[in-house]
Amino acid sequence: MQTAINLWPLLGVLVIIIGFVLRFNPMLVVALAALATGFAASMPLQTILATIGTGFIKTRTLPLIILLPLAVIGLLERHGLRLHAQNWIARFTRLTAGRLLIAYLFVRETTAALGLTSLGGHPQMVRPLLAPMAEGAAESRFGKLPEALRIKLLALCAATDNVGLFFGEDIFVAFGAIALMHTFLLGSGIDVDPMHIAFWGIPTAICAFVIHAIRLQRFDRQLARELQSIAPASPTVQESAQ
Amino acid sequence: MIISIQYLYWLAGVILAITAVMTVSDKSNPKRWSTGLFWGLFAVAFLVGERLPPEVVGAGVLVMALIAGFGGVGFGKHENLSTKASRESAGRLGNKLFIPALAIPLVTVIGALFLKDIKLGGVPLLDPANSTFVSLGIGSLVALALACWLTRDTPVQAMRESRRLTEALGWALVLPQMLAMLGLLFNDAGVGKAVAHLATAYIDMDFRLVAVMVYVLGMALFTIIMGNGFAAFPVMTGGIGVPVLVGMYGANPAVMAAIGMFSGYCGTLLTPMAANYNIVPAALLELPDKYAVIKAQVPTALAMLVVNIVLLYVLM
Repeated sequence: MQTAINLWPLLGVLVIIIGFVLRFNPMLVVALAALATGFAASMPLQTILATIGTGFIKTRTLPLIILLPLAVIGLLERHGLRLHAQNWIARFTRLTAGRLLIAYLFVRETTAALGLTSLGGHPQMVRPLLAPMAEGAAESRFGKLPEALRIKLLALCAATDNVGLFFGEDIFVAFGAIALMHTFLLGSGIDVDPMHIAFWGIPTAICAFVIHAIRLQRFDRQLARELQSIAPASPTVQESAQ
Repeated sequence: MIISIQYLYWLAGVILAITAVMTVSDKSNPKRWSTGLFWGLFAVAFLVGERLPPEVVGAGVLVMALIAGFGGVGFGKHENLSTKASRESAGRLGNKLFIPALAIPLVTVIGALFLKDIKLGGVPLLDPANSTFVSLGIGSLVALALACWLTRDTPVQAMRESRRLTEALGWALVLPQMLAMLGLLFNDAGVGKAVAHLATAYIDMDFRLVAVMVYVLGMALFTIIMGNGFAAFPVMTGGIGVPVLVGMYGANPAVMAAIGMFSGYCGTLLTPMAANYNIVPAALLELPDKYAVIKAQVPTALAMLVVNIVLLYVLM
């Protein structure tokens, strides 16, 4: 650490921050940050272009794994995969909101761990299916939810999809992040089997499930506690409806 | 090796080239030329990328970024089955629809686990450095054959569906690769060293626990700034993970990488920069507070950071 460290390349980080805060197109922001970093490290333009090109070619496995399954998924969607998945999962409506979300968390995390990340998602699963089901499950017990609790419940639906996806997908060996880690470590002279990286993600993934599930269960209790105080006479309004 | 990853690059290149041609000839897309150029350039990177001079590829990447940055990547019209036909198809096929979808991960795992060590005449069957990805490619082709057979649809239709989803993803399909490229460039330019310098100059890494905390929290912080753990990983791992955790404390690199990336994901749960996960869903659910999803995620993310520090300290 005796040699002078050049702090100018951190300029690229600054470009990223400003670009994102000002909501520019991320592709453009990343390209600008690459140019800024290169110039700040006093690379000539040709070296910068070559570094960008080499980096781009080296990381081609990242889009590969998104691109290759698209034809199959698209064809199955055309023939009603989503519709069928919705019908299939709709059997679980009798659960409480919290338990429904815990079940979804489990399915989302395990299917993501199998590489089926496209089985969930915000536009195709959370909005049309999960959120109405969770809201319905809560309303069938407590009647119409106060606005603050309703917002929290819907936000938890989206959060549950994210948590399940993030902590599940990194266990799937062919996931892009594993490829990135593997490639980067190879570049640093460390050869690690991608299977090992995936394996050592499992303890964290289990903890994430437990912690988020506990929070969902506590939300169930919060609903019961606060809504009983709103309508103390009839804690269960229409049990026969479901 | 018999099946090399190069074949998959060519396959992806062909798919993208077909997408580009379909896009250019689609008059319903008002931006068909710039969109077609975008996918065409991407196809070239897959078809002959490694044979072109790197500066040329770099210039191509910048052109792609410019097209995307100025809204040149659009999408055309796509003919879906009518809701009725789709419903009938779902009713007829039922759970069989899950089979091709499940075949992709199943074949991938089988390939990565069992086909990896198979040799034919002394030559390994799968590219040994990339057996997992090659398995995924084989899985996708097997699943495609199954899907065509089950639905009685054609590979041409499958290409149309592939194009529909590719156009729907748009430049987002390229962004992870751009961020990974930026990470490598950051590495070449010494950003990791600068970050590591700032961290080591002000924080005493002589304590194992402190080093672990700097790595885990640094991954989260960097991800909050960049909006993506992919960009944070090379910086923090190059700056602290490899030299300090592996170099000084002899950490298992697989443990470090896995838990490090998950720490980055905790950052993703906390940042508006990860718009797709945090801001778009709030809009989709029509929540008045656009930070409502992040607020719902804060307790889980913070608890997971503590868990990651403990796990990395114990397991490494």
